[in-house]
Amino acid sequence: MQHTFIEILRRALDEELARDPAVHLLGEDVAAGGAFGVTRGLAQKHGTTRVRNTPISEAAITGLATGAALCGLKPVLEIMFIDFATLSMDCLVNQTAKYRYMSGGQLTVPLVVRTQAGAAGGAAAQHSQSLEAWFIHVPGLVVVAPSTPAEAYGLLKSAIRLGEPVLFIEHKRLYTMKEELVEGAELPPIGRARIAKPGTDVTVIAYSAMVQCALEAAQKLADTGISAEVIDLRTLLPLDMATIAASVSKTHRALVAHEAVRNGGVGAEIAARIGAELFDELDAPVLRVGCGFAPIPFAPELERALLPGSADLVRAARQIMGLAG
Amino acid sequence: MTEPTLADWKQMYGALWRIRLFEGHVQRLAAAGEIPGFPHLSTGQEAVAVGICTQLAREDVLFTSHRGHGHVLAKGSDIEATFAEILGRRTGLCGGRGGSMHLVDAENGVLGATGVVAGNLALAAGAAWAAQAQGRQNISVVFFGDGATGAGAFHETLNLAALWRLPVLFVCENNGYAEFTSREEHSNVKQVSSFAVPYGIGTKTVDGNDLPTVFTAARHAIETVRAGDGPYLLECMTFRMAGHYVGDSQQYRSKEELAAIREKCPIERLKRHLIERGVDAEELDAIGDRSRSEVQQAVERAVAAARPDAATVLEYVYRAPALAAIPG
Repeated sequence: MQHTFIEILRRALDEELARDPAVHLLGEDVAAGGAFGVTRGLAQKHGTTRVRNTPISEAAITGLATGAALCGLKPVLEIMFIDFATLSMDCLVNQTAKYRYMSGGQLTVPLVVRTQAGAAGGAAAQHSQSLEAWFIHVPGLVVVAPSTPAEAYGLLKSAIRLGEPVLFIEHKRLYTMKEELVEGAELPPIGRARIAKPGTDVTVIAYSAMVQCALEAAQKLADTGISAEVIDLRTLLPLDMATIAASVSKTHRALVAHEAVRNGGVGAEIAARIGAELFDELDAPVLRVGCGFAPIPFAPELERALLPGSADLVRAARQIMGLAG
Repeated sequence: MTEPTLADWKQMYGALWRIRLFEGHVQRLAAAGEIPGFPHLSTGQEAVAVGICTQLAREDVLFTSHRGHGHVLAKGSDIEATFAEILGRRTGLCGGRGGSMHLVDAENGVLGATGVVAGNLALAAGAAWAAQAQGRQNISVVFFGDGATGAGAFHETLNLAALWRLPVLFVCENNGYAEFTSREEHSNVKQVSSFAVPYGIGTKTVDGNDLPTVFTAARHAIETVRAGDGPYLLECMTFRMAGHYVGDSQQYRSKEELAAIREKCPIERLKRHLIERGVDAEELDAIGDRSRSEVQQAVERAVAAARPDAATVLEYVYRAPALAAIPG
């Protein structure tokens, strides 16, 4: 049976609530179903003390979830848009991420912060950003960004069971994507990438919605005789360099794609690591595809013009291959 | 808790001295360059720490601020391990990873101090939520200064704690200064307790330099919170005898102001009170001396303790072994 991304997140949360009494959901409107309907029906099933609405107080609810995680709960906090995580940053960066280290291992924070990112449908400059790079800079955090419904199901469950502070970034453009769920499949481990499509000529490293873009690009490239291997990172922190290295050692060419701007992005980190660790394997410089360096605009024509798409990936891959256009 | 006996008061007198002397050593060793960073002293504010923490159970959880040495000691954490942490020693509470502003002693319910003003209020509410959700009887207590009332997190947390009737005691040590800036200069609101009123949170403002007064008010506050009647905000008016941090020359305060504060010393006040109740001054001096030698010995042991092993610097970032080896 096919499930949308939203339905499958709901199922994962439902099952984790049923499996572990320490799991609690909280956030703005979550008992009412959430802004995107992810938590619809869960309060009715598990009660409003386990699926709890909060005031619009991102700083306080992030602190609340962190304090509760120190004392035996496993909260899953929803921050409605990653743009609003700016208001959670003090706690996430200064407290949540550092608790285990600052306490010399006395305390840990088993907390998942679910949030939603990316541009789609004219959400404009304050509801469309891809801010993941800010978080991969912080020791102590784990950052996960799933690319399909089935992936999201497994990764969310793994994140809840991990026992560390995890930022779980969902892309709003994937919410309506449908996919079959293989029942009883093993949960994907946090920190391990996957090969979304095998290939031999160029490695395209992507995550979240850009994996779908990369697969589209790989199809177009295949039509012109170029075999692209697509890596779905799944976890941005920690980065699975072993999977990247194995692929680049085979293809000798790498392209990193994300929806966030290139400046200081996840791609910069990956390109630097490939350059330092796999220099001898490379037949061409590592290229990055990302968003144009501007806030996400409102008008559909402008939004389309700014966002990277599969055509940009095809162009970059051909450039790496030394082919024109 | 029943009415304290004279023996209890004497014990608290010793506890006040322990904090005063402990921080005296912090000041001395910080000035000598033996303590890294910039520790903040609670000298002059000890009656708040002792009056409240003495009445907490070990399971009750405590969160504090950058000015938290006194709270940690009054909650019963080991003097030597606490001092060793402030020195950055391997034997410190956090193995030297936290320091003065990040003391954690989880087994003793000290869940953390924070260097970000108002940063721990919501965490304390979260700990209270966990207790409520799991049906435990422990309460959560958080100390903060009047400067924290300028932060949004303070107001967000009061609203949330009141709404969910969380078992959390907010203790404001109103020492009249947010770092170098006086209360008059940073807020029009004279009493921090007035912020509790619109949220329906029980509150009281008391003389925080009079230990019996703090004790009585804290007993009522703790009973209210423990009974499940929701949060309580206790405002203790007190005075910072030292600067904002060790080395602060306090140019912003007059000589007269500093002299007047010395007159309000909580230790002297408890001493006068106990003498009025018939206790011998010599006996009180002996209690002070015992605290002095207890602290002195703990500090000497802490100073002599091993420094951290540099090879362990990457330990404790993550719990999961699979995540432990992330290249920086």
